[in-house]
Amino acid sequence: MHTQWEAVIGLEIHTQLATQSKIFSGAATAYGAEPNTQACAVDLGLPGVLPVLNQEAVRMAVTFGLAIDAEIAPQSVFARKNYFYPDLPKGYQISQYELPIVGKGHLDIEVDGQSKRIGVTRAHLEEDAGKSLHEDFHGLSGIDLNRAGTPLLEIVSDPDLRSAKEAVAYMRKLHELVRYLEICDGNMQEGSFRCDANVSVRPKGQAEYGTRVEIKNINSFKFVEKAINHEIERHIDVLESGGKIVQETRLYDANKDETRSMRSKEEANDYRYFPDPDLLPVVVTEELKQQILATLPELPEAKKQRFAAQYGLDAETAATLTSSRELADYYENLVKLSGCEAKLCGNWVCGDLLGALNKAGLEISQCPVQSERLAGLLKRIADNTISGKIGKQVFDKLWNSTLSADEIIEQEGLVQITDTAAIEAIIDAIIAANPGQVEQYRAGKDKVFGFFVGQAMKQTQGKANPDEVNKILRAKLSN
Amino acid sequence: MHKLSLSELAAGLRAKQFSSVELTQHYLQRIARRPELNAYITVTGERALAQAAAADAALAKGEAGPLTGIPLAHKDIFCTEGVKTSCGSKMLDNFIAPYNATVVEKLDAARMVTLGKLNMDEFAMGSSNETSHYGPVLNPWAPDCVPGGSSGGSAAAVAAGLAPIATGTDTGGSIRQPAALCGITGLKPTYGRVSRWGMIAYASSLDQGGPMARSAADAALLLQAMAGFDPKDSTSADLPVPDYGETLQNSLQGLKIGLPEQFFSADLDSGIASVIEAAVNEYRQLGASVQTVSLPSLELAIPAYYVIASAECSSNLSRFDGVRFGYRCQNPQDLTDLYVRSRGEAFGAEVKRRILMGTYALSAGYYDAYYLKAQQVRRLISNDFRQALAQVDVLMGPVTPAPAFRLGEKTGDPVQMYLSDIYTIAVNLAGLPAMSIPAGFSGGKPVGLHLIGGYFAEQYLLQIAHQYQQATGWHQQFPADYAG
Repeated sequence: MHTQWEAVIGLEIHTQLATQSKIFSGAATAYGAEPNTQACAVDLGLPGVLPVLNQEAVRMAVTFGLAIDAEIAPQSVFARKNYFYPDLPKGYQISQYELPIVGKGHLDIEVDGQSKRIGVTRAHLEEDAGKSLHEDFHGLSGIDLNRAGTPLLEIVSDPDLRSAKEAVAYMRKLHELVRYLEICDGNMQEGSFRCDANVSVRPKGQAEYGTRVEIKNINSFKFVEKAINHEIERHIDVLESGGKIVQETRLYDANKDETRSMRSKEEANDYRYFPDPDLLPVVVTEELKQQILATLPELPEAKKQRFAAQYGLDAETAATLTSSRELADYYENLVKLSGCEAKLCGNWVCGDLLGALNKAGLEISQCPVQSERLAGLLKRIADNTISGKIGKQVFDKLWNSTLSADEIIEQEGLVQITDTAAIEAIIDAIIAANPGQVEQYRAGKDKVFGFFVGQAMKQTQGKANPDEVNKILRAKLSN
Repeated sequence: MHKLSLSELAAGLRAKQFSSVELTQHYLQRIARRPELNAYITVTGERALAQAAAADAALAKGEAGPLTGIPLAHKDIFCTEGVKTSCGSKMLDNFIAPYNATVVEKLDAARMVTLGKLNMDEFAMGSSNETSHYGPVLNPWAPDCVPGGSSGGSAAAVAAGLAPIATGTDTGGSIRQPAALCGITGLKPTYGRVSRWGMIAYASSLDQGGPMARSAADAALLLQAMAGFDPKDSTSADLPVPDYGETLQNSLQGLKIGLPEQFFSADLDSGIASVIEAAVNEYRQLGASVQTVSLPSLELAIPAYYVIASAECSSNLSRFDGVRFGYRCQNPQDLTDLYVRSRGEAFGAEVKRRILMGTYALSAGYYDAYYLKAQQVRRLISNDFRQALAQVDVLMGPVTPAPAFRLGEKTGDPVQMYLSDIYTIAVNLAGLPAMSIPAGFSGGKPVGLHLIGGYFAEQYLLQIAHQYQQATGWHQQFPADYAG
């Protein structure tokens, strides 16, 4: 990278709050319904309708604010952002402008093993607009107002980020947090978590910021990284060739991996913000704050540290297991139900389980092997009913059926052979049948030992207890 | 029948002197006979007769409330399910409301009979009813004069006996000024007393619905059914509704009246000044004491109002864009053309003027100088009223600086038109309740007495008005041409 330049990045992240109904009406917020079936008179902006604030959205915004250690405004104000667009039914968006509900807070990120504190300027409540559909209407546009009035929390960071990598780390951290708090489903394909990035570049060591450009509506971590990197390169190219950056809004085109101009500062709307006279100021009492504080779940960082301490996990495993609240709950459930060693549980979740989920493209919440069923398997490994290796076979069967581990072990006859006499008999036969290998081993060729173990496991279809096999083989071969 | 009070109508219905259907037919015939008044935009005859028949059935079963079977008409600003709700505008000439305003819902539930929808200034912007897409309403007392506005149709209909009572709305005087000019009783409640749900917004922080009636007693009955907290309106007051009839008969002995000195400037019509003086003397006879008070910031009310109301309307009327409902221009070439022509062709001049003023006042760089400053003025005006009402129980004065003016007289000069609301506008900025009651005539045209009370003092105002109406007969005058 060009060492004489420094990028300055701030993110505005729109999180769709997971309320049942819209922020100012009783219509449902569920995704994917037939167009305009989830838009009531208020969402349509009919003459004479009035907004009524959904208190659940307030509770979620305060929850977020408390989780990032932010100031919560005792009184915040809804304002109207006025502009004309067909998918904006009232001709204004109800948002918060001068007095947002969440004030200054912060979030710590980790990049290349270094921890960095990123300031959050503010977070405010607002309603989403509808969607314009430009296909399938033969030169006309369709409007779907199902999304109109969906509650959003717009989280604005300070310009503290210095690279695309930091931006992505911040975004991931925020994504993890809002899902932890259960205030947003985090579904980026459905637009529940989307990002605008403000990017500027300045010579290293310069105090003033360079001219910034806003990149709109980026909906994946990958694209955020690419869009920002592309934009930084573009700025540096322009600046190094003696040009000037124009303050403007740009769109990222993922297909071409480039950004292109949407509108310049001169063309920007004058939104004519003013306090919405249909809504009273939002009052958050100390009592409500305390109430929400009391119900705040354990946050990711605290959980990670507790996992490491309580379960004796290494930092990486603890981080993986606490990357989502559902996964952490799964793990803790597994430890409790199986009664097995916490490390063993951790290895299974981080290894086989996450591997299988990744392969199938599933979330932990969609996992076909519930923690009870995996616990059933781990118990059998722990009590030596089956070996770890057989355990992996059983896991595959758990994944593809609804049977319990015990049922699978029983049906498939996978119970481990721990009967010493039976193993001895098999080993005796192997030794008798392979005198050449016995010679080699006794001549000091230790590697041949593996051959004997392999034979024993093969003849028992892997069911022989490996420890027993080792012990008996060593004894017999050294005779 | 059209000269009877609501309680007389209710008694007549109970005593079976006439049925609700007969009463409704009587009014429908009167409406049909006097189209020149232009008070109605829509007459809902069939619907009214069906409601009347249902009311008669309830009366027969003894399930009647105080308003059951009594006809009324709504200002065409209240959404009425299945009925055109035009707001006096070409923009909504094709708009059939798919839901009921809370006010309509409540009065339907009280089993009142809706005769139709009343003419009004376009989107309630006007003081003469001349901005209506449906043409001006005439003043029943003087057919060459305006009835006032914006609730001009409501005032004219009640004054001429084309409805026993009506709903109106008041953003800067739109109930009181036409009530004064047409010689009826109008009450603008405290902001938040009556739900705004379904009442098409002009200036949300000022709009308030209320009754327009032949007497304070009638107004009390209608307000009783209109008022109350509505969870659908975040700005409605969550306070119990008192019994407005309960105190009507109480004496006014010891009442303290304040006359704001700024209400009696040289601009005031001398005929009106003497009517007000006589009315105040009447109150003295009823046991009241009178003192002068001051509202020093009053002169700032009109400019502050036109900044705030215009700012709010510029945003409230953005939804009329030709996309989802209302007027859409023919063959739009593109989105901008759709917006520009739909709005350009369907909004009248006064509406456009206020949208432009409001858009300007909210623009970047002007917001602090206009909107913010106007809000500060609003605070000063509220404080003035608070201080004045700390000294006295009620403020009295004129409602308008002059009686009804001639049609067309002020349409060319908007500022002159705005000044006709000089006494009413400040009350909306403060959010206080106020009434206009008939108190005499100037040059043969009705004059209204303005009563302004403290927050949620509707019950007291109605008592003060009723006691005056017991002692005088001004509210019983009927324009000769419409008496028969």
